[in-house]
Amino acid sequence: MNSALLPLLVAAPLSVAGLLILTWLPLWLSRTLLLAPSAVTLVASTALLWQTRDGSMLSHNVALWAEGVSIPFVVDTFSALMLWTTSLLVLVCAAFAIAVGDDKASYFGPLVLVLSAGVTGALMTGDLFNLFVFIEVMLLPAYGLLAMLGSLRRLKSGRIYVTLNLLTSTIFLAGVALVYGAADTVNLGRLAGAAAESPMVATGMGVIILALSVKSAAVPVHGWLARTYPSTSPAVTALFSGLHTKVAIYAIYRLYAVVFDGDATFLWIGVVVFSLTMLVGVLGAVGEDTTRSILVFHMISQIGYILLGVALFTELGLMAGIFYLIHHMIVKASLFLSTGAIEHTHGTGALNRLGGIAKREPLLALIFMGAALSLAGLPPFSGFVAKLTLVAGAFQAGEWVAAVIAVAVSLFTLMSMLKIWGGVFWGKEPEPRRPVEEPQTEGNGATSVLVRPKVPTVMLIPGVVLAATTLSIGLGATVLLDLSATAAANLLDTSTYVEAVLG
Amino acid sequence: MTLAITIGVLVFGAVFLMLQRGLVRIILGFVMLGHAVNLMLMSAGGTFRRAQPLLGYTSADTASDPLPQAFVLTAIVIAFSITIYMLTLAATGTDDDTEDAS
Repeated sequence: MNSALLPLLVAAPLSVAGLLILTWLPLWLSRTLLLAPSAVTLVASTALLWQTRDGSMLSHNVALWAEGVSIPFVVDTFSALMLWTTSLLVLVCAAFAIAVGDDKASYFGPLVLVLSAGVTGALMTGDLFNLFVFIEVMLLPAYGLLAMLGSLRRLKSGRIYVTLNLLTSTIFLAGVALVYGAADTVNLGRLAGAAAESPMVATGMGVIILALSVKSAAVPVHGWLARTYPSTSPAVTALFSGLHTKVAIYAIYRLYAVVFDGDATFLWIGVVVFSLTMLVGVLGAVGEDTTRSILVFHMISQIGYILLGVALFTELGLMAGIFYLIHHMIVKASLFLSTGAIEHTHGTGALNRLGGIAKREPLLALIFMGAALSLAGLPPFSGFVAKLTLVAGAFQAGEWVAAVIAVAVSLFTLMSMLKIWGGVFWGKEPEPRRPVEEPQTEGNGATSVLVRPKVPTVMLIPGVVLAATTLSIGLGATVLLDLSATAAANLLDTSTYVEAVLG
Repeated sequence: MTLAITIGVLVFGAVFLMLQRGLVRIILGFVMLGHAVNLMLMSAGGTFRRAQPLLGYTSADTASDPLPQAFVLTAIVIAFSITIYMLTLAATGTDDDTEDAS
């Protein structure tokens, strides 16, 4: 792919979003237009992965402005991997939203498209202020989506979500101001290594990393996630879980590698905070009693695992972290979508009001079990490889406490997954809450029986796709491990990246 | 110095307002915080250079830095749109949550 096409990956979804808002189109056409940009991005990012597999990079100065004035778009293996995964998730989640009819809500399509454009831009940009703008582009439609769909609690959680994100974005902006004041540039190429040399830049960057940690929901600033995500619709939860926190995590990886140059002085803070994140997240899940709130707390715990990679900052650690990030995005979305299918069909995600699904929906049970085992880190799924490399990386870096916590938390994760399994898939089907009217036996004597709804096949497909992806990543782990290793090497030695940004 | 004090006062007011219960007050707090951060961005460009940044008219030593001003402009637009959205959230729903949670 020609590097001059990179801005199109952002511009195309935005234009289609505009088209969808301005014109009234038949449903099938607007659905096609909703899926098409992500499909194109998926194909394009596959091409980008192929081009960057040897560690080379593509860069483009938007609108061909001179270096220093322009906004550079850079794609290396790490961003190409993220682009591939995020576009896959947007595609699958949008397909699920179409299957359950969420997309009939007005402006659902345009909002999702703008969101995906923001994510794509944030993954490619090589400019700190532009990163802020793209994160805002990604968040603004999210506010709309959160308040549009889901239970009535969404209005309350919408308030929390908007205020929290506005606060962290403002803090992020303050950090950008401090960095600009100290270094006179916000270009990542020029900022390379600046935080390791100048304490003033390091302070500014510290403020930025703090804001990004809130956005990625690391303990102790994780509370908002568990309060907001479960109250919107399942498709939107899956979309957010795959995109929002993960873009913040990507930015932390990138900024720490480039601007701090992997400065070992601050790494111990990361190890402590992210080990706590693993532990607190998984313990928080114990007290929850609906499928989605359990899964959301697990997300917090998994974020600890992913960020531990950057806190180790060794080749193995970074590689494991990147592998874990990709694995987690896919598995978590799969879990949200398969439990979301149950929630849509049976009207609830509460553990005590569901049961016996395994007997009625064997395929759904299989998808859930696969993704849950992958999350807990059992072979042959991708989670096993991810956890194994991460624990190995932690031992290699001498952080054996973090490694022990990582292993122990896996057991708790498995326990929680069993809790969902036992509550939703096994056991007896609970009695319906409302008394069912007595069967009418008049006339020909035919008795009508209570028919329990069955999950439509079309709702299962998105979950199947993602579960198959995690299984194939687990079986053919070398491909993704090699790519992660290339990405990690680029983070350790940022000279290629800096060269690409400075064009 | 004036800028630093102004930013301090604005942040003080913003934090105070954001800790209130009513959403409208919280929004006003965010408006003030936004102003504070915009002033920070302005001061990041250096306040000692004030001349208009026009090539050929002013020398580079006296011309003000246009980049932070562009940042501020972008930030104002974004903050403005989110403020509107939050005001809509404050108007929808049953009440403004000024009572204690029951």
